[in-house]
Amino acid sequence: MATEFHNLQELRHSASLANKVFIQRDYSEGTVCKFQTKFPSELDSRIEKTLFEDTVKTLNNYYAEAEKIGGHSYLEGCLACITAYLIFLCMETRYEKVLKKISRYIQEQNEKIYAPRGLLITDPIERGMRVIEISIYEDRGSSGSSSGSSTTSSSGR
Amino acid sequence: MSAVMLPRKVTRKWEKLPGKNTFCCDGRVMMARQKGVFYLTLFLIIGTCALFFAFECPYLAVHLSAAIPVFAVVLFLFVMAMLLRTSFSDPGVLPRALPEEANFIEMEIEAANGNIQAGQRPPPRIRNVQINNQIVKLKYCYTCKIFRPPRASHCSICDNCVDRFDHHCPWVGNCVGKRNYRYFYLFTLSLSLLTIYIFTFDIVHVALRSVDSGFLNCDSGHCLVSLTPYCTVIEVLVCFFTLWSVVGLTGFHTYLISLNQTTNEDIKGSWSGKNRVQNPYSHKNIMKNCCEVLCGPTYPSVLDRRGVMAEDSLSSTPSPPTSDVVATKSNPVTPNTKTTAPLIPNEHTPDEAKPSIAAAAQKTTKEEKVSSPRDSGPKVSPAPIVVKESAH
Repeated sequence: MATEFHNLQELRHSASLANKVFIQRDYSEGTVCKFQTKFPSELDSRIEKTLFEDTVKTLNNYYAEAEKIGGHSYLEGCLACITAYLIFLCMETRYEKVLKKISRYIQEQNEKIYAPRGLLITDPIERGMRVIEISIYEDRGSSGSSSGSSTTSSSGR
Repeated sequence: MSAVMLPRKVTRKWEKLPGKNTFCCDGRVMMARQKGVFYLTLFLIIGTCALFFAFECPYLAVHLSAAIPVFAVVLFLFVMAMLLRTSFSDPGVLPRALPEEANFIEMEIEAANGNIQAGQRPPPRIRNVQINNQIVKLKYCYTCKIFRPPRASHCSICDNCVDRFDHHCPWVGNCVGKRNYRYFYLFTLSLSLLTIYIFTFDIVHVALRSVDSGFLNCDSGHCLVSLTPYCTVIEVLVCFFTLWSVVGLTGFHTYLISLNQTTNEDIKGSWSGKNRVQNPYSHKNIMKNCCEVLCGPTYPSVLDRRGVMAEDSLSSTPSPPTSDVVATKSNPVTPNTKTTAPLIPNEHTPDEAKPSIAAAAQKTTKEEKVSSPRDSGPKVSPAPIVVKESAH
């Protein structure tokens, strides 16, 4: 990683925030959490379309897994109801487990794919699950970049 | 005297959250600002149950069965757990858009609107999405600066957008939304059962006593016994009035759940009427709808209350004008039974809740729960649920 042009730590110190792109939610299937896979034009020169689409599709799959209504969720619901939901004091819900997986996945994607290209994905949970925020960084040394304070943090919950 | 090193006070995010909620226990508990009616609910439930356990249960346990008080205790604990869970949890508040996101959306809107003649009113900010082959309109919230997700609505009492907004319930002192709807439903259901239970056993108790020893012949030597008739009367009165409204409310919410609708949608008539869109969220199957609402996944809170604020963002965060988030663990905000719920003036958002609950909070003699206008059955002037303007 040290030999990469940008790694995550370097990104915040040596690069400045140029722009942010927000990937909106896709409500075509109802209120389930799903993000649009439409490739934003601002990222055209920064990353390949297929990589971006892969990331968003994987995230959508994770969220679908978390919100799946089936045997497991019924069992969890009934068990919790019987114990007056006190069981959640000692047990993690399925959704929380998947959120941790998502957080790790985003961290990994940032390290491997996005940071080397000067991009940074923010976990949607930090934006109210409304958008996937992708920050676009420019090298401080390069010309023509608008400087701004890099305030985004992608630390997971 | 040696200098004592005070630990640096950490500022948690709940202290800077906009909106009119009160937070307790360092951000773990989240409620609406006006909590007077909630304290009344607590008083009625705990008071009635205390009278029942003190005066009826000893007699019933001896003369009928010891299981009666045991079951009553279990039911009472369940009711309290559900009430507290509904009142203290985040209903599904959507955090407001940060400045960059708000600007991004503004730019998109301007690009979509194109050129507007000077002096002409800009078109209303609406986004159309297709859900299950129905067109649903997403409205823009001027307070939160977001396009509200489907089924979300802005509660002007709490000044937050809430996901799957049902209604703002003053009896539980919180909004009812996606995250706490099932607790609210289980609360009304279990409270109905508890009320029926206490009512039934009060009647049984009176009947048994009158068979045993003549109801009104209370020996003055037995102080406890002589008090019993009065307590029974109080309990019966409370239960009688509670029964009509709570059971009605439970029935109404059962109906809503079977159709996968919210109170908000029902009152606004979103899915009813010939030319209106049919409910795109319903699975057209009662069992599936019930399972989704009651046994669906437990959604996490997206409002980070207990996160620690970074030092540099403290100075840049605009402090919210009037949101007094109170930070006390041992000294909660005094119950505010004052009336006016300030309305946030928002143009283009005709669905702001009127402060009608302010008027209802004044009527302290009410004992029944808030019920929707749809409820049938004799009630003592029901207070409207504060959701939105009443469409009917």
